[in-house]
Amino acid sequence: MATAKSAKKSNTSKEELLEYYREMLLIRRFEEKAGQLYGMGLIGGFCHLYIGQEAVVVGLEAAAEDGDKRVTSYRDHGHMLACGMDPKGVMAELTGREGGYSKGKGGSMHMFSTEKDFYGGHGIVGAQVPIGAGLAFADKYLGNDRVTFTYFGDGAANQGQVAETYNMAELWDLPVVFVIENNQYAMGTAVKRSTKSKSLWERGAAYGIEGEEVDGMDVLAVKAAGEKAIKHCRAGKGPYILEMKTYRYRGHSMSDPAKYRTREEVQKMRDEKDPIEHVRDLLLQGKHATEDDLKAVDKEIKGIVNEAADFARESPEPSVDELWTHIYA
Amino acid sequence: MATEILMPALSPTMEEGTLAKWLVKEGDEVSSGDILAEIETDKATMEFEAVDEGTIGKILIDAGTEAVKVNTPIAVLLEEGESADDIDTASKAPASDEGSNGGDGGGATLEDTDTAKPMSTQPAAAVPEPETPEDPEIPEGTEMKTQTVREALRDAMAEEMRGDDAVFVMGEEVAEYEGAYKVTQGLLDEFGSKRVIDTPITEHGFAGLATGAAMGKLRPVVEFMTFNFAMQAIDQIINTAAKTRYMSGGQMNVPVVFRGPNGAAARVAAQHSQDYAAWYAQIPGLHVAMPYSAADAKGLLKTAIRGDTPVVFLENELLYGQSFEVPDMDDYTVPFGKARIWQKGDDVTIVSFGIGMKYALEAAEVLAGEGISAEVIDLRTLRPMDTKTVIESVKKTNRCVTVEEGWPTPSIGSWISSVLMQQAFDYLDAPVINCTGKDVPMPYAANLEKLALVTTDEVVEAAKTVTYK
Repeated sequence: MATAKSAKKSNTSKEELLEYYREMLLIRRFEEKAGQLYGMGLIGGFCHLYIGQEAVVVGLEAAAEDGDKRVTSYRDHGHMLACGMDPKGVMAELTGREGGYSKGKGGSMHMFSTEKDFYGGHGIVGAQVPIGAGLAFADKYLGNDRVTFTYFGDGAANQGQVAETYNMAELWDLPVVFVIENNQYAMGTAVKRSTKSKSLWERGAAYGIEGEEVDGMDVLAVKAAGEKAIKHCRAGKGPYILEMKTYRYRGHSMSDPAKYRTREEVQKMRDEKDPIEHVRDLLLQGKHATEDDLKAVDKEIKGIVNEAADFARESPEPSVDELWTHIYA
Repeated sequence: MATEILMPALSPTMEEGTLAKWLVKEGDEVSSGDILAEIETDKATMEFEAVDEGTIGKILIDAGTEAVKVNTPIAVLLEEGESADDIDTASKAPASDEGSNGGDGGGATLEDTDTAKPMSTQPAAAVPEPETPEDPEIPEGTEMKTQTVREALRDAMAEEMRGDDAVFVMGEEVAEYEGAYKVTQGLLDEFGSKRVIDTPITEHGFAGLATGAAMGKLRPVVEFMTFNFAMQAIDQIINTAAKTRYMSGGQMNVPVVFRGPNGAAARVAAQHSQDYAAWYAQIPGLHVAMPYSAADAKGLLKTAIRGDTPVVFLENELLYGQSFEVPDMDDYTVPFGKARIWQKGDDVTIVSFGIGMKYALEAAEVLAGEGISAEVIDLRTLRPMDTKTVIESVKKTNRCVTVEEGWPTPSIGSWISSVLMQQAFDYLDAPVINCTGKDVPMPYAANLEKLALVTTDEVVEAAKTVTYK
């Protein structure tokens, strides 16, 4: 029933490779800038950076079609950028300004875009999982041929509502792809300190859900796995689980000193598995792009991110009247 | 252009820290992600990474310096092609005890922090005054039919399901069993299993799933077998359903109704007997209804299903079988935020809701026999709450007793007391008395259970106390 590894990679054109490079770089530079703005006190509260995990969302978005939905946890900036939300609106939400996606009322962890079918941005670990199944339920009920990507981490995988959702999703054949972003640490707790399960995706078997483990640092492997999962869902076969083996370079949030792992461990991942370097190598070695081409992309991304940061600083704070709006429909 | 590297805030509360150690020296080339320094915050020692590439042109704050304010320039980074000579007046290092908003210029980078601090001096916006809606007119000659609360709730759901395909019902035993309390009787037959859905026993999961379905343009009606079991799901009700509209800046509505029996039943003891009215009534973003009569149960549930705000709809097992007169109309709806005056009176105002109305009305009858005229108000909805009607009544009677089954601290009654004290102080001739359930978990023994509940006698006594009779 379940296959262990996604062996086959998609046939990928030069244009596609360049696009993945560009999108992953956008996320990385955006997050670095967010870290910088946080350091300056322009972003407050909790801020969870996505650096290191970029291939997961970029690969899956490459497999998605218009109208497919996505929902995730509070480590959500990468998901928003990958589904095409405006970096300016995302950054301005981080700074709590009027120009933010939630008019400054949601912050880093709570953002939405109905236009891009992004359903949050949820701050409670695991709460987005039944919500994702509910979105898929709605599509099935309405007869839409759409799929919902429901992202959660290795920490959330241990929440009871994830098990409850697996059961209902398979029972009702809901078109939902459960994407476990296993970055190996739930805040400071390594996976092996929180479960004796050898893998997280295999838990789906208890409910009859198929799934597989994927190299989440390889955007092409992610895309191929995503295409397979989507095909499964669109064929009416119910949910599918993808366990993305990935890694976050930064702490859990900005205030996490990350003492639970060694600097060498992080450096090794950066040196050997970096998702952006991987695509960069493919581009250069395959002679799909020159150093200068990539430098031009770097420059373009830097411009976009600086523009977003400028917008996020210049956008005014929300009007005091916003305190009382959007509570009741 | 040389870029100043500023002392970073590394936690939501950090204002200053110790620059413990530099891991780079002047002249070193760095790239994004390289660790520049170790900084001690109030909680931990953190590594501080470079976000740009360049050469460390100058270190402005020595290792070991304590109490370096956030945003103080600590080093200067040179871009490709620049030399240390390019470090101009822009990077004069302020002493560590000077203002935190260092950096006087520097162009394209992020040195100036003029917009960093929230403008806390703005006056708070005034609390908007809610409008009190009016009850719909019941046309002259409308016939009344006698219905139980159970039938009225079922009719409300059936009518709304006929009117809108997006409405569906889900919960434990709602379909084939036709409801643990038979409230969904006949719905599966009429609407089929696509729209009347039996769930596994998985309250947290299906409350979240329904909330997601509501974000996906459906109108779920979720039945909790009882609201005691909604405790398993309360995170989704409060943290997701109630807050999403606000947190999305108004982009997204969550039109879900959570309904089911609430409050004490009979002899089911502590875990199955409690009134959640005051719990849910506290949550901005939710609407909360707790009807007493069949007509209100029907009219309010139809309004709840049609609205775009998430609703907690608190029913009562002991009321399900009670019969009332219900207007026999095509589309009878009752607005949220409008109390019903059950009977007019002059001497004391008795305010209640849900099954508390039973005690309130029984007490009013006893009081009438003793020459005390009570005005009895059914709040019907607790959020929004029609305190205006209560205030107007108290201005006339000058006395108030509240009645509810829930616990006293804090209760709906304690809130009403507070509102009256603030808005009708000069009209009160006696302190408001809150008749509530006793402040104990519900006991099983029949005699103790009786003692734990609010009683008609207690309401009568309270009314006599406030009228000094």
